[in-house]
Amino acid sequence: MEDSVPAAIAVRGLCKDYDGVEILRDISFDVPKGTTTCLLGPSGSGKSTLLRCVNWLEVPGRGTIRVGGAPMGRTGEGAASRPLSRKELAAARGRIGTVFQNFALWPHMTVLGNVMEAPVHVHGRPRAEVRAEALALLETVGLASKAEAYPHQLSGGQKQRVAIARALAIRPEVLLFDEPTSALDPEMVGEVLGVMRDLAARGLTMLVVTHEMGFARDVANEVIFLDGGKLVETGRPEDFFGHPKTERAQKFLARFNR
Amino acid sequence: MNSLNAIWETRDVFLSGAGVSLLLVGLCLAISLPLATLAHVALQESAAGFARAARLLLDVMRCVPFLLLAYVVYYGLPAVGIRPEAFWAGLSSLVVYHTAYFIEILRSAALCVPQDTLVAADAFGFPRYKRYTRIVFPQLFAIAAPVLVNQSVMVIKDSALLMIITVQEITFAANFVSANYFSPFAPFLFAMLLYWLMSLLTDRLVGRLGKLRMR
Repeated sequence: MEDSVPAAIAVRGLCKDYDGVEILRDISFDVPKGTTTCLLGPSGSGKSTLLRCVNWLEVPGRGTIRVGGAPMGRTGEGAASRPLSRKELAAARGRIGTVFQNFALWPHMTVLGNVMEAPVHVHGRPRAEVRAEALALLETVGLASKAEAYPHQLSGGQKQRVAIARALAIRPEVLLFDEPTSALDPEMVGEVLGVMRDLAARGLTMLVVTHEMGFARDVANEVIFLDGGKLVETGRPEDFFGHPKTERAQKFLARFNR
Repeated sequence: MNSLNAIWETRDVFLSGAGVSLLLVGLCLAISLPLATLAHVALQESAAGFARAARLLLDVMRCVPFLLLAYVVYYGLPAVGIRPEAFWAGLSSLVVYHTAYFIEILRSAALCVPQDTLVAADAFGFPRYKRYTRIVFPQLFAIAAPVLVNQSVMVIKDSALLMIITVQEITFAANFVSANYFSPFAPFLFAMLLYWLMSLLTDRLVGRLGKLRMR
């Protein structure tokens, strides 16, 4: 796992519990730059919690996370270890684009406003430059005509594509997707997955929590299977879906192949 | 007709009363709304124990009848060596009393702001200040606006009670004209009209808080 080029995301010995109930147990993995990794597993297996630990929306009990080689949440080793200050944490998060299950668009802003907000008001980039880039991103996700619409005027699939454009607008080092199609009706799943496939093909680094097995099989470079907060199996998608090694993964996949 | 003449002849009294009422209400809202917003943020950001203690204090304040509070401030404070003028005693009573209500209104509205929009702000690295100004407040005030408008109208109504502590506002003027011109009806109707106009104005101004849109 250790390499001269730091992984885009490096997770080591991650543990998390809620009031004594273990949610994540000693999770370690890398997401190499320019690759897509899918986190799979049954509901309650800890996938979303793990993803939220990567940008410190959930604070892990133990373990380290590095994004682009820089520490997330805590810095320093051993006794010198300390939490990042609010400012440092905000700066660290500013390099990560996140797409949420329920879109989480800001309802008081237009579509264009949502996409421009973080680059202008967090990263302090010039408004005119960001506007041109945001319009190009909306074009990429097929929503240039909706730039002046408000989120409540959009369908679920459109909202999620805006959320993807918003995440891309900060020029992220990595993109996190937390079950991006789970809140969509089946007809709209395809349009969002299509955009994500394009992003993967462009070589963006993505960590995706998903129940879309077809997407994981076709797009992921690596899949990680979690169950009960433990990393049960990891491997290339053709190996994982073709010849799962563990009995738990075999049972999980059997439900999808029925 | 005589009643209308009485109002016309005493227009200076009414104008002066309306000016005092407007000043009281305007100053109260100009102080209370920002103060309540700051207090709301402080309570959100403070430790749970402190916030609970502060809320207990706010609950006590909200349970006190406004008239009693005005009495205590105007007639009670001289006992400890503080002698406020009636106007300032009235204004400070209005501010203290209604700030407590405004804080509670903002707290309940904050429960309705979609949490995922705030989580998104954290995920994108918004500094605390911008998280409030760009993401929280526009949503918070949009939700709270109708109740804030109601409470602002209550400020107008409570300002009428300050006549009891000799503040010469609209009701004081109406009472003065009624007593001096033996007209029990028209001066109070005219006062109601003035309060109604003030309420309309307040509705328009405070209601704008609910329409914050971000560029």
